[in-house]
Order: sequence, then C-alpha cells, then structure tokens
Amino acid sequence: MSKDEFWQGVRRGFPIMLAASPFGALFGALAIDNGFTIFDAVFMSVTVYAGASQMVGIELFNHNVQPWLIILSIFAVNFRHILYSASLTRYISHFTPLQKALAFFLLTDPQYAESEKKGEAGETVSFSWYLGFGAIIYLPWQAMTLIGAIFGQMIGDPKAIGLDVLLPIYFMGLVLGFRKRDHWLPVVAVSSIVSVAAMHFVGSPWHVSIGAIAGVALAACMPLRNPPEEPVTLEHEV
Amino acid sequence: MANPDHMHLIYIILAAAVATFITRIGGYVMMTQMKRIPPRMEAALNAVPAAVLSTLVAPAFVYGGWDVAASMAVAFVVGLRFNSLWMLFAGWVVVMALRHFAGF
Repeated sequence: MSKDEFWQGVRRGFPIMLAASPFGALFGALAIDNGFTIFDAVFMSVTVYAGASQMVGIELFNHNVQPWLIILSIFAVNFRHILYSASLTRYISHFTPLQKALAFFLLTDPQYAESEKKGEAGETVSFSWYLGFGAIIYLPWQAMTLIGAIFGQMIGDPKAIGLDVLLPIYFMGLVLGFRKRDHWLPVVAVSSIVSVAAMHFVGSPWHVSIGAIAGVALAACMPLRNPPEEPVTLEHEV
Repeated sequence: MANPDHMHLIYIILAAAVATFITRIGGYVMMTQMKRIPPRMEAALNAVPAAVLSTLVAPAFVYGGWDVAASMAVAFVVGLRFNSLWMLFAGWVVVMALRHFAGF
C-alpha cells in the first residue's frame, strides 16, 4: 500500500463524489417513500452500490412486482459493467485475487472511466490508487443515503413537496441516456404503449412485466447490428 | 425486522447485490475463459433497461394527472440538452408551481 497513491486516488475521486452525492440523498429519501426503512435503504447502498439500479429496485418493489423481475431489471441496468470489467482486466492483472474481488465490487462508471484513462496513458493502476478513488465515492454514498433516508422519514406528504415526480423524471433521464443503443426508439415506443395499455386492461404491477417483455421480445427479433464501439455509460452514475 | 415481509425485502436486496457483483466481475471471468455472450441474448439484455424503464415512465405520464404530465414534458425537453440533475430540478419547479399557484 502506498499512502501517496491512495491520496492521489482520493483527490481524483473527490469531484465525482460531489456530483454523485445528491443522487445518494435522493435515493435515501425515495427509498423511504417507497416503503423501505432507513436500515433497508442503507443496506441496499452498502451491498449493491449502483445508484440507477437501486432506484429501479425501490420503484419496482413498491409496485409489488415479482422478485425475479426486480432482480433481472437490476441485473440488466448494471449489465454494462461486464464490458467495464472485461476492459479493466488487463490493467489490474497484478492485483491479488482478494484485491481483484474488492476492485470489481467498487467498479462504478467513474471508477471504470478514470482507471481506463490511467491505464491507457501507460500509468500503473495501483491498488492503493484504485482503493482511494473508490473509498472517497463509496463511503460518502452511504452517508448521503442515510441523510436522505432520515430526511425522507420526516416528510409527511411527499406530494406536497413534489417528491413524487422525481422518480419518473429520473427514469426518463436514464431512458434518454440509453438512446445510442440499437433499436432504442422502437423498444421504448413499444414498451411505453404496451405498459400503458396493460395498466388499463390488466392493472399494476403487471404493466411492468408485460410492457418490458414486449420491448425485449421486439429487440430480440430485430435484425442484429454490429456491437457499438464503446460501452454506453451513464454520466453521473455511482 | 423480524416480520416475514421485511425479510423478503432483505433477500431481494441481497440477490440484487449478488446480481450486481456478477455484472462487475463478469467481464473479467469472460476474459479469462474467453467466452462470448450469444448475440441475440446480448441484444435482448441490452434492451432490458430501456424496456423496463419505459414501463415506469409512460404510465406515470398518462395516468399521473396534468401536473405530473406537464412536469415530465418540461423535464424531457431539458433532458435533451442537460444532465439529469437539471431535469429533476426543472420538473420539480414545474410541479411545485402548478400545485401551489395553479391549484392542482
């Protein structure tokens, strides 16, 4: 372990921590609003540590969606990490197995982007640097979740302060963030229309599975295109 | 903590954590085993986030009331140019203005 390298990582991660903090607090507050306890919210941040998928998880849980679909959705939202870990492998081959396991646990979008940049520039991605970068994002993420959750518990009516529109808007931002993917528009159009119809004719929570399956089936049947050159990342995501 | 409903949630969160860790280590495992995901399956998996998320957005827009629809429409326009923090802020301002000044 090198102290110097560790603190360099901390400094590099600091601005990213600042950018991610509002989302940590938002997750905490909305988790309470969706029926989580403070413990559940922090437990999820500590163990999952992937903001966008955490938001999806609380919303689906609140809709009483079947557990398999909750897990599949979280898996799919996080699926891009497979590309990251594949690409990162060559830069961290000198880590011990335990260090590798910890490194992959901490592998968020910015963690990947900065490590890749460092590795590509010919610099060594040391475990100390990697850990410093990860710690300055991971630990405040937990603190912000806790703060948001405590705040969420103090709110009587979330509608009165406009909290109820934040999740749909956040999800809309995520949908827009995926717009460079193959067949994005037809998938979004079909899932949207089918889910609205299913909500009317079948009811919640079935509209989620029915709408999602319609979009995914469409994508699986459409002609295959070449894979995109680089992984599609979500700008702010922890 | 002890009631079965709550343990159910804890198990879902733990399963979510495992699923997330699998995505984070999956690329490494594939690189060392040199395996590829079948292309149709990759195409289907690639579509899952947009498909699931759309089912959370579209019904809220259609059935959420005029105030929510207006707020989401404004956020959408903002989202074409700016990041999601600005989308959230713009949508929130609209819904608060409608509720407190226009009587929604």
